[in-house]
Amino acid sequence: MSGSIQDTFFEECEELLEATDEGLSAIEGGDHDPEVVNAVFRAVHSIKGGAGAFGLDELVAFAHRFETVFDEVRANRMELDEPLIQLLLRSCDHLYNLVAVARDGGETDQAHHNMLIEALDKYIPEEEEDLTFEPMGLGGPMDVSAIDIPQAPTEETYQIHFRPLKDMYSTGNEPIFLFQALQEMGELTIVLDDSELPGFDGMDPEESYLSWNLTLVTTEARATVEAVFEFVEGLCELSIEGAGDADADAAALAALEAAFGGAPAAESPPIVEPAAMVEETPPAPFEQPAPAPTPEVKPDASGSKPAAPKAENSKTEQRGPNPTLRVDLERVDRLINAVGELIINHSMLAQQIANLDVADVRDVETELEGFKNLARDIQEGVMSIRAQPVKPLFQRMARIVREASSATGKSCKLVTEGENTEVDKTVIERLADPLTHILRNAVDHGIEKPEDREGTNKDKVGEIRLTASHRSGSVCIEVKDDGAGVNRPRVKQIAIEKGLIPENAELTDAEIDNLLFAPGFSTAKEVSNLSGRGVGMDVVKNAVTGLGGRINISSSPGKGSTFTIILPLTLAVMDGMVVSVADQTMVVPITSIVETMRGNDDMINNLGADGTLLSIRGSFVPICDVAGALGLEKKDDQPPGVYLLVETETGQRSALAVDDIHDQRQVVIKSLDGVCGEIAGVAAATILGDGKIAMILDPESILAASPAVGAFDTERRMSNAS
Amino acid sequence: MQAEVKSNDQEVKHAQFSEFVSFTVAGQAFCLKITQIREIRRWSPVTILPHAPSDVLGVMNLRGAVIPIYDLSARFGLETTEASERNVVIVVSSAGKPVGLLAESVSEIISINPEEIQETPPVDSRNTMEYIQGIISHDETMVRIINLDAVISVPEQVL
Repeated sequence: MSGSIQDTFFEECEELLEATDEGLSAIEGGDHDPEVVNAVFRAVHSIKGGAGAFGLDELVAFAHRFETVFDEVRANRMELDEPLIQLLLRSCDHLYNLVAVARDGGETDQAHHNMLIEALDKYIPEEEEDLTFEPMGLGGPMDVSAIDIPQAPTEETYQIHFRPLKDMYSTGNEPIFLFQALQEMGELTIVLDDSELPGFDGMDPEESYLSWNLTLVTTEARATVEAVFEFVEGLCELSIEGAGDADADAAALAALEAAFGGAPAAESPPIVEPAAMVEETPPAPFEQPAPAPTPEVKPDASGSKPAAPKAENSKTEQRGPNPTLRVDLERVDRLINAVGELIINHSMLAQQIANLDVADVRDVETELEGFKNLARDIQEGVMSIRAQPVKPLFQRMARIVREASSATGKSCKLVTEGENTEVDKTVIERLADPLTHILRNAVDHGIEKPEDREGTNKDKVGEIRLTASHRSGSVCIEVKDDGAGVNRPRVKQIAIEKGLIPENAELTDAEIDNLLFAPGFSTAKEVSNLSGRGVGMDVVKNAVTGLGGRINISSSPGKGSTFTIILPLTLAVMDGMVVSVADQTMVVPITSIVETMRGNDDMINNLGADGTLLSIRGSFVPICDVAGALGLEKKDDQPPGVYLLVETETGQRSALAVDDIHDQRQVVIKSLDGVCGEIAGVAAATILGDGKIAMILDPESILAASPAVGAFDTERRMSNAS
Repeated sequence: MQAEVKSNDQEVKHAQFSEFVSFTVAGQAFCLKITQIREIRRWSPVTILPHAPSDVLGVMNLRGAVIPIYDLSARFGLETTEASERNVVIVVSSAGKPVGLLAESVSEIISINPEEIQETPPVDSRNTMEYIQGIISHDETMVRIINLDAVISVPEQVL
């Protein structure tokens, strides 16, 4: 159980960190609205609170410093000047790291950690609050100081009424362990109340019928007693009443009200986080006890009302105005699969009806058309669930740019546009690495040193523009820097040195730029910490191609370079051309096809022993026989009838020879992962209308596997060179 | 075609007995534990996987899932099967993923006392040794018990 709660904590951490980042970016942009400052403070505080509950000391300590400094800002005791904002931004980045370390294990960069702590400490005035955190502790230091909980050094008697709800058992909690914990604190008397127990016949084995009345005599503070029940909050009916603390209750309540009512900024205690998790689960039919660790927990919840609504407020403020639902990704994927089946099912049905020997099927066809539209609606709806704005990704990129700038001693800023563009979640996840690489490259190689920039009449601060937009059924992500542009002579020289191109090759500017994507190409003179770890832009290209996308570069010397990534909107469905190759039905992605044409013998020209070229309106493109490239045997000797003209990323054209074209349709992509290993030339599979599986081809890798075209490539280079 | 497995009352009483499904591959009798089998289907043409080894026939659509089909006969180093309508595909589960195995025909369900299982006597063919877990004598014929993990796991490394 603690595993899943911890997961939830980390999920929330992500959100909170994003909120922090967002707030800080707004502050950096000049927005010093107290609400923004408060939002950041709350977010950091919640992280600290949650981390405290899990005993993540390093994270707590750091978040605490961050919070303390921010508290000063919030109270207007400290001015938010540029160095402080930068420090806070970097501290926020470090919080990300600490959370990541806490979640995934690994080592914190101690030097960096200490450096930041030292820098933060400079802003913290005089005395420090007590930092120690009980792993199970209730309430942060804030609350302890704000609410004067009666410390009980003397023995106190608590009357505890405890009635677990059904849900408590389903989360794996055992009352006996709770009682054992109580017993360790002092003298415990347990009285079982089984009055609700129905007869044997009417008993539901999953229902909870038992409750307990406990009497505890202990010297421990009330908060410690309550802490025992922390993890069953909301899963039980609980009342804890101290024998002589009615007065104390009133006092504490008053203090609480004062704390929440008097200072709106006063934070809801960290325990609100676990409570918020509880609210995500279907609400229990019973009234839930107040989620906050108020000193007052009454069964009717009325006593804690002053605290509860406030906690609610702060929560909604953090979440933003749109109510959202957190759903297990697997459930969504299951739905997506089911919709995929529905689409396949539709085409099967359509095929069956077409095969029927019925004179008039028009009515059925009309209805079938309606079915198709509905299926498409559902599909789009389901896909939009998976679609997420690229904003969090872009925020992460801002960190990357900051880190890269400070590592290289350059100053750059990242300007983002189209943050709300929605892209499939998987695409976003798998885009993070390539984008990181491009941005690091942009800072490392693109943007010039500040002194060089001043010499060329540019602003000292380099600008990197990260844009996302939808462009006719695909997503376009652009990284544009205003740096020096690709140093073409050097790129060419390196390519020659590394044997990527012949020495006397003559390449167009675009071809030189594209050399950056060649495997094993890295322009960094020495291996820096940042980019140039031997893996180059070819890794970026592979990642993008792996997502079914394309990447282009354009550059103008002295003005900067632009990387453009074009991605399909979804990974689950694509438009394909259904073709037949050696008696097998296959699908070629529409996006890669430039043109299709029926060939005749006049168009085919031989070149050398095996090479054949297709002449299209006066130009010649190499022919690649798909059946041959896939190692399939053809049953007849007929020459392929149809050519699909495809264009590779380098702008090179080739003609894929197939037997016939049947149809153009939307197909559901079925991954071949786990079915078999990687197959050259095949990207995935799909299920056609007749229930048969068809391979989805990957033209790029077919061409790479085809010896004829590969050889031709070199030939052309050589002929260019002469 | 789905083979529904009914255990009759008498067999249930002998709890120590395990049930095996026997089938023929290239004229030889083999069997698999009934719990390893998800379903048995009639052969229908599969989609060829390019560049696949000869014992991988291709992939088949099993209610929306893409599953690979192996030719058991070729895997055992016997002659490759010319698959036809008369043949069957035994769908087994490997680590939660379904895999289809082409066999000539399914014979019957046999009940075996684990004590009756004999160790495979050493023979020259290493291929066979690897894939056969043991042998049993049933109605005076030898039935080979297939080591399913070995049969399924190898191709993924090969591919």
